[in-house]
Amino acid sequence: MDLSTQLLTKENFFQLFSLPPGWTVDRELLDSRYRKLQQTFHPDRFSTKGDVDKRLAMQTTSLINQAYDTLKSPLKRAQYLLELEHVDASQESHITSDSHFLMQQIEFREALGDIGDNADPFKTLDTMRTDAQRQYLQLQNDFQAQHLAADYTNALDTVAKMQFFAKLLDEIELREEDLEDL
Amino acid sequence: MALLQISEPGQSPQPHQRKHAVGIDLGTTNSLVAAVRSGTPETLADEQGRHLLPSVVHYYKDGVSCMGYEAAEHNVSDPLNTLSSVKRLMGRGLSDVKSFGDQLPYEFAADDGGMPKIVTAAGLVSPIQVSAEILRKLAGRAEIALGGMLDGAVITVPAYFDDAQRQATKDAATLAGIKVLRLLNEPTAAAIAYGLDQREDSVVAVYDLGGGTFDISILRLSRGVFEVLSTGGDSALGGDDFDRVIAEWIRQQVGMAESLNPVEQRILLETAKSAKEELTDQDAVKIEVLDWRGVLTRDQLNSLIDPLIDKTLRAAKKSLRDAGLNTDQVDEVILVGGSTRTPRVHEKVGQQFDRRPHSDIDPDRVVAMGAALQAEVLVGNKSGDDMLLLDVIPLSLGLETMGGLIEKIIHRNTTIPVSRAQEFTTFKDGQTAMAIHILQGERELAADCRSLARFELRDIPPMVAGAAKIRVTYQVDADGLLSVNAREVVSGAESHIEVKPSYGLDENEITNMLQDSFSYAKDDMKARALREQQVEADRMIEDLNAALQKDGRALLDDAEYHCLEVALKALQEVRDSSTEHRILARQIESVGKISEEFAARRMDASIKSALAGQSLDDVENNL
Repeated sequence: MDLSTQLLTKENFFQLFSLPPGWTVDRELLDSRYRKLQQTFHPDRFSTKGDVDKRLAMQTTSLINQAYDTLKSPLKRAQYLLELEHVDASQESHITSDSHFLMQQIEFREALGDIGDNADPFKTLDTMRTDAQRQYLQLQNDFQAQHLAADYTNALDTVAKMQFFAKLLDEIELREEDLEDL
Repeated sequence: MALLQISEPGQSPQPHQRKHAVGIDLGTTNSLVAAVRSGTPETLADEQGRHLLPSVVHYYKDGVSCMGYEAAEHNVSDPLNTLSSVKRLMGRGLSDVKSFGDQLPYEFAADDGGMPKIVTAAGLVSPIQVSAEILRKLAGRAEIALGGMLDGAVITVPAYFDDAQRQATKDAATLAGIKVLRLLNEPTAAAIAYGLDQREDSVVAVYDLGGGTFDISILRLSRGVFEVLSTGGDSALGGDDFDRVIAEWIRQQVGMAESLNPVEQRILLETAKSAKEELTDQDAVKIEVLDWRGVLTRDQLNSLIDPLIDKTLRAAKKSLRDAGLNTDQVDEVILVGGSTRTPRVHEKVGQQFDRRPHSDIDPDRVVAMGAALQAEVLVGNKSGDDMLLLDVIPLSLGLETMGGLIEKIIHRNTTIPVSRAQEFTTFKDGQTAMAIHILQGERELAADCRSLARFELRDIPPMVAGAAKIRVTYQVDADGLLSVNAREVVSGAESHIEVKPSYGLDENEITNMLQDSFSYAKDDMKARALREQQVEADRMIEDLNAALQKDGRALLDDAEYHCLEVALKALQEVRDSSTEHRILARQIESVGKISEEFAARRMDASIKSALAGQSLDDVENNL
C-alpha cells in the first residue's frame, strides 16, 4: 500500500493546498500553506513515534513536496493542468510543428554555441536571457488563455514550446558558469 | 489545536524522564560533541578542559589505538599509522582515493567491495572504522558529562555529501553503537545555532569552509521554518588545501625535491599550518625548515590562497543562482568552519556579499551547537512546534541508460523527503531481468558520476521487447539517504531487488564488526536488542490504543476494528512473555502491517483537518 498513490487518486495538488485549480496560483498562500503542512507532517515531527508513522510521514511529505514543486514551476504547473484534463503533456509526448519557432530555437542554440567569440560574451548572454524570458512569459500568457478556453490542442503545443524555453534558459545559465570558470 | 493531534510527540509513560541527546560535528580536522544544558547548547570538554577532539587516530602494533591530541603527537614520528582527515575518504572508492595522490600519506589496500582500507601496524582499517573510533570517544565524553547512556545523536555532514558519504557516516555511528536521530547538514546546523529565525522572512547564506570541505547553503528563514533553497560546494576543498599551497611554496623556497618522503611531507605541512595560523593576527611570520630560514608575509599568503578562495566564491554565486536570487537579496551571511578564521576569507566573503559576515559564535563549535539544539527536539525533550528544517538533496540522482548516459530522476536542490518514479522498458524479447545502476552527480556520462549501487530486477514475465513496464521508484528520506524500489507494472508482479552499496558496508559486515568489537559482548547485544524491541512494542501498543479510541470507530468498519484489537492483544502477550528479540520483532512487524491502512487513513484525515484548520486561521487573520 502506498499512501501517495492513495492520496493522489482522491485529490489533486491544488486541493492539497486548498487552492482553486487553475493557472493562477497565489504564491504567498501556496508558500504559507506548504510550510504549515510541512510543520505538521515532516518526519522530524514523528521522531519519537514508531516506524509505520515515520514511513507514512515520509511518504506524505514526499507528496507534499512534489505537489509544491509542481505548482510553483510554470512549466510543471502547465503540464499538470493538462494532465488533469487527461492530456498527456509529459516530456516528448508532443513536438511542435511550428517551423518558424523551431528555426528560431536553432538560431538561439547556435548563438549560444558561438558565445565565446563575442567581445563581451556576458553582455550578449544577458541580452539573450532577457529575450528568452520575455518570450517564455508570453507563452505562459498564451497557455493561460488557451487553458481557460479549453483549447487543449493549442495549449499542448504551447507547453511543448515552453519546454524549449525552459531548457534554453537552463543552458544560458550553464554557459555563463562555464565562462566564469575559465 | 486539532491539526497537531498526530504529530504531538511524547505522552510517554514517564513524561518527565529527560533523555540524553547530543549533537556531534564529525569534522575533517577536529570533531566536537555538544548538548543542551539548562536551555543553552554548549560543547562538552574532556578532562583537560579541551573542547576540540582532533580527528586523528593512531594505531599501535598491538591494535589498541589512541585518539585526538595524544594521537596527533605521532603525526610526524609515525605518519603511516597516524590517520587524520579520514572524512575525505568516507564513502569513497579506491580509485577516488588514488586520485588524491600524495595528499594523504597512507598505504591503501582494496577489500572485495572496492572500499579502500588503510594499512596500519594494527592491520587493515576502513575509514568508517576510524570515524567510529572518533564517534565512540565523543559519545563516551558525553555520557560522562550528562551522567547516563545516550538516547541518540544528531550527526552533521557537509551539505555537499553524496549518498555514499552520508551512508558511510551513518554506518560509522552504528558501528560506534550510537543511535542516529538525524544526519544534519552542517550549514543548516550553523543557521540554527545563530537562531536567526526571529525575523519574519530573511535569506541567509552560510559559508562553511572546514579543513577538507567547502559548503555554501542559501536558506530562507520564515517563522521557525529553515528552508534550504540551494546548496553547493566542493567536497574536496578546505583549509588543508591552504596548508598544501603554503607547504609547496616553502618546498620551492627551500629547494627540496618534488617527491618527498612521508616524514618530510608532514614537516612541511605542519610548518605551513602553523604559519597560516600565526598570520591570522600577524603581518609576517618567520619560517624555519631544516637549515632554511625565511619569512612569509600576509600578502604573500593571500596571493597563494586567493585562487582557492575565488573557487569558493564562484560556487557561492552558483548556489545563489540556483536559488533564483541575486546577491543583494541576501540578508545575512554566516561564517562557519575553522578556515574562515583566515582574515582573507572574511574579507573576500564580505566583499562578495557586500555585508559584514556573522562570525561571533566560535566557527569551530557552531555546527555542533546547532546539532545539539536539533537533537533536543528530535529526542522529544523539547516540543519543536515552531522549528522545522527543510533540507534539499545536493546532487542529482539518476540511473544509467543505454549508451552509458545518465537519466536524472531527482534533480539537485529538490526538497527532501522526496519520491519520484520513472518507467523503463525491456530491450529484448523475453527479457526476464534488468540491471539497474544507480548514480549520483551532474555530469552527463555515467562514468563521470558517482556509482551508488547496482541492482538486479529479476522475475520479469517474458514479453516482447518494449511491452514490460518497469517502474523504478527513488525515495530519499529526511537524512538524504536513498532507497530504490523496482516493480513490473503490467503483470503486477512485485520483483525483489538486491542492493549492494558500491563503497559501503553491508548489514552483515556491520553486524560482524559490532560483534567483534570488544565493547559489545554477545549477551549484552541480545539484552540490548530485546530491550529495544520491548520499547518499540510498548510504543506501538500505546499509540495504537490511543488511535483506536480516537478515530477507530470513525475510520474502520467493525471487522477491521476487531482485527486490530486481536492483533494488539497478541502483541501484548508476546511482549510480556518472549525473551527472544527476533520473535518480538516479527510480531511488531506483523501488527505494523495490519495497522498500516488505518494509519494511512488517519494521516489522510488529518491532512484534511490540517487544511480545514488552516483555512479557519486564514479567515481569522482576515477578520
